[in-house]
Amino acid sequence: MKPVMHYSEIEGRSTGYYGLLALLGAIIAIALAATYHMEHSGHWVTGMNNQVVWGIPHVFAVFLIVAASGALNVASISSVFGKTAYKPLARLSGLLAIALLVGGLAVLVLDLGRPDRLIVAMTYYNFKSIFAWNIFLYTGFMVIVGVYLWMMMERRMNQYSKQVGMVAFIWRLALTTGTGSIFGFLVARQAYDSALLAPMFIVMSFSFGLAIFLLVLMASYRWTERPLGDAMVQRLKNLLGVFVAGVLYFVIVYHLTNLYSTRLHGVERFFLLEGGIYTQLFWFGQILIGSLVPLFLLYHPRLGKSRTMIGLASVLVILGGLVQMYVILIGGQAYPLVLFPGKEVIEGGFFEGSVATYNPSLWEFLLGIGGLAFALLMVAIAVKVLRFLPNNLDDAHVDHHHGAEKAS
Amino acid sequence: MTRLYRFARNLPAGILMLVTLALPLVVQGGGVPMPDVPKAKRHYSADSECVAPVDEMRKNHMEYILHQRDETMHRGIRTPQFALEECINCHVPENTEVRAGNPEHFCSSCHTYAAVKVDCFQCHADRPVKQTNFHPLTSGRMPHHGSDISNNQESLSEETLLVLTNQGGKEE
Amino acid sequence: MSEKQDNQLSRREFLSGSTAAAGLAVAPGVFLTLTAQAKPAGQPVSSENRWGMLIDSNKCANGCTSCVSACEQENGWGSANPTENKSSPEQKAQWIRKVTLRDKETGHVQSLPLMCQHCEHPPCVDVCPTGASFKRADGIVLVDKHICIGCRYCMMACPYKARSFIHEDLQDQLPHAPRGKGTVESCTLCVHRVDRDSDKAVPACAEACNSEGHRAMVFGDLKDPDSEISRELKNYGGEQIRADLGLNTGIRYRGI
Repeated sequence: MKPVMHYSEIEGRSTGYYGLLALLGAIIAIALAATYHMEHSGHWVTGMNNQVVWGIPHVFAVFLIVAASGALNVASISSVFGKTAYKPLARLSGLLAIALLVGGLAVLVLDLGRPDRLIVAMTYYNFKSIFAWNIFLYTGFMVIVGVYLWMMMERRMNQYSKQVGMVAFIWRLALTTGTGSIFGFLVARQAYDSALLAPMFIVMSFSFGLAIFLLVLMASYRWTERPLGDAMVQRLKNLLGVFVAGVLYFVIVYHLTNLYSTRLHGVERFFLLEGGIYTQLFWFGQILIGSLVPLFLLYHPRLGKSRTMIGLASVLVILGGLVQMYVILIGGQAYPLVLFPGKEVIEGGFFEGSVATYNPSLWEFLLGIGGLAFALLMVAIAVKVLRFLPNNLDDAHVDHHHGAEKAS
Repeated sequence: MTRLYRFARNLPAGILMLVTLALPLVVQGGGVPMPDVPKAKRHYSADSECVAPVDEMRKNHMEYILHQRDETMHRGIRTPQFALEECINCHVPENTEVRAGNPEHFCSSCHTYAAVKVDCFQCHADRPVKQTNFHPLTSGRMPHHGSDISNNQESLSEETLLVLTNQGGKEE
Repeated sequence: MSEKQDNQLSRREFLSGSTAAAGLAVAPGVFLTLTAQAKPAGQPVSSENRWGMLIDSNKCANGCTSCVSACEQENGWGSANPTENKSSPEQKAQWIRKVTLRDKETGHVQSLPLMCQHCEHPPCVDVCPTGASFKRADGIVLVDKHICIGCRYCMMACPYKARSFIHEDLQDQLPHAPRGKGTVESCTLCVHRVDRDSDKAVPACAEACNSEGHRAMVFGDLKDPDSEISRELKNYGGEQIRADLGLNTGIRYRGI
């Protein structure tokens, strides 16, 4: 017997499904109202200011954009690295990648000072700006992944899916490098000026993207009552563990290199010891809750078998990821610019030489969460309209499928 | 790509033109009252009411202003003929309480009628402002020594504005 | 009063361009010197010039903020524009600020004004996605608020915290210094003065410093070897803030 992988739309008529749509819709509506308030009044209603110019919306936006490229990873593993066991998941992987990217970009755009001038952003380009490159990287990503999905979902085009998958994989590496470089190229700020940020963002994308993917996969299979075998879940959770450890490794290397440079002792002391909220978020949020606890849960011989615990670990990875973004983005801005080495500022007209304050407003959170809700809403609708989800992912199907693909 | 820029930049202008062309239709059909456009303070020259023929200005003022905008912003060319500042100086009364959003404001009178939104006045002054920038030779009267400013403003503005708006081929 | 008259007339001259000017000359001495060198209003700025400023921190008086208030008045921000009243102090615009420093080793205390440094290689211009942040041919770094989308990336990139984002609706801006909600702004080196009066122009901050008698700020053309600023820099030197970044700033300091 050679079981063939069948895909189908979800039925999408249950109260639960409509309830989910209504919930996500409500979150989006609230986010839009918050955006209207912020844009109509001006940014003075937010916690952002002229010292900390990027706030919570950017934490969410960058997180979602980074996670988007990571969500594509599952598809890349199947088509680029030939691990056919992941092939049934490739469609969902591509869908989630596009949805998360759109959600993140929506947040970024809605936080602009002049979102009404989006046409300007699309017609005037400064090709030296990493931001401008990113506009191309993002739109290109959506097009390429769109084509990739088409190649996978249209039987006559299947033969090309490997090549397009390769392009998509290279493109997503470029995309995350570009996103990391938004910060990595900022020579002026001590926390950002590091080439390590680009590869670190790539590993972060693996981890955050896969955590979101795992949650979406487990939730959709539970809610649609389709079989999802342990073989698949275990594979993914082991991979997640590797990625979480990878992020931790990069974080350690980043701080070690900084610690070796006397020039950067101040900023390291700030992050690791004396930065108040940023130090606490770093140790408790990012390291403990976002890295160590998930690693423990994922690799514990008994807990690592439990779906609940794998789900919990994924949630913690996501929360830890948001915290990590907060520490990098906000902490990096809060640490004062060093303009006069060897001198201390005893009086400054514009909050000179002191740690900048940032008290995020509710509106910013609402906008950020709205972006996530928008991404999930797109996924929820797409799986009802098109055949993204395999009917059966039980162990027999997954393993047989694996073997069958290998043989062919 | 340049073509794309131009297209996008001319898009609002194009839309306005379409709207302007469609005006008679609207007036015939809907009976919306024609806008009551406030009169300018003075003629640009003996031959010309405005800085270009009035019909031309009504139709294409945005082209002139847009062109001047880029010339001034990027190349430092500050000829007054098509400068927005001078439009305001001539067409809007000083110290008026009729601000940009008000349909009685010179710009808004037509723009409300044509339902074309302008965002010039989110940044630009919507009524004449007496000059407070000082010629270097007048240094000694410091901007932050308040009393001197007002004196100077009084004596400068009317006359200067007159000269400014009459400039462009015309001697006094 | 008669002096004032003269000045107004010579100012008309610049505004109306040099050709039409002849018939208007009332104060020949002043007028001729000025028009001989002033850039006609219709002529674009050129890369023959590079405007800059030399700030001597030893002459800058501790506690004096004349340059800051002069800039506020000149460009209509801070105390000169009361409509920016909802923003917190951290959110309000700040084109120029005074900083007082103490050397950690020697205890030497000094103060200096800090504003946009008008870099030759400005990071804000590099990162701006739309090109709204740009450098003019004559070296003045500006924001074209018509195409600024308010992304604030330039503020992230600026090593000097020289830029401000406008957090609320403004009114009553000055005609030569448009500014508004959702866009970024910074010191323009009083570009409207430079354009009108060319090499006789002095930014409001330097003018105020001179009239206070401190003379700590010298404005001029860095490319003109005979300008006061070039001679001063050649003879006595000057430093850049964060020279390590290699931005070649147009604002130079002495005594830092």
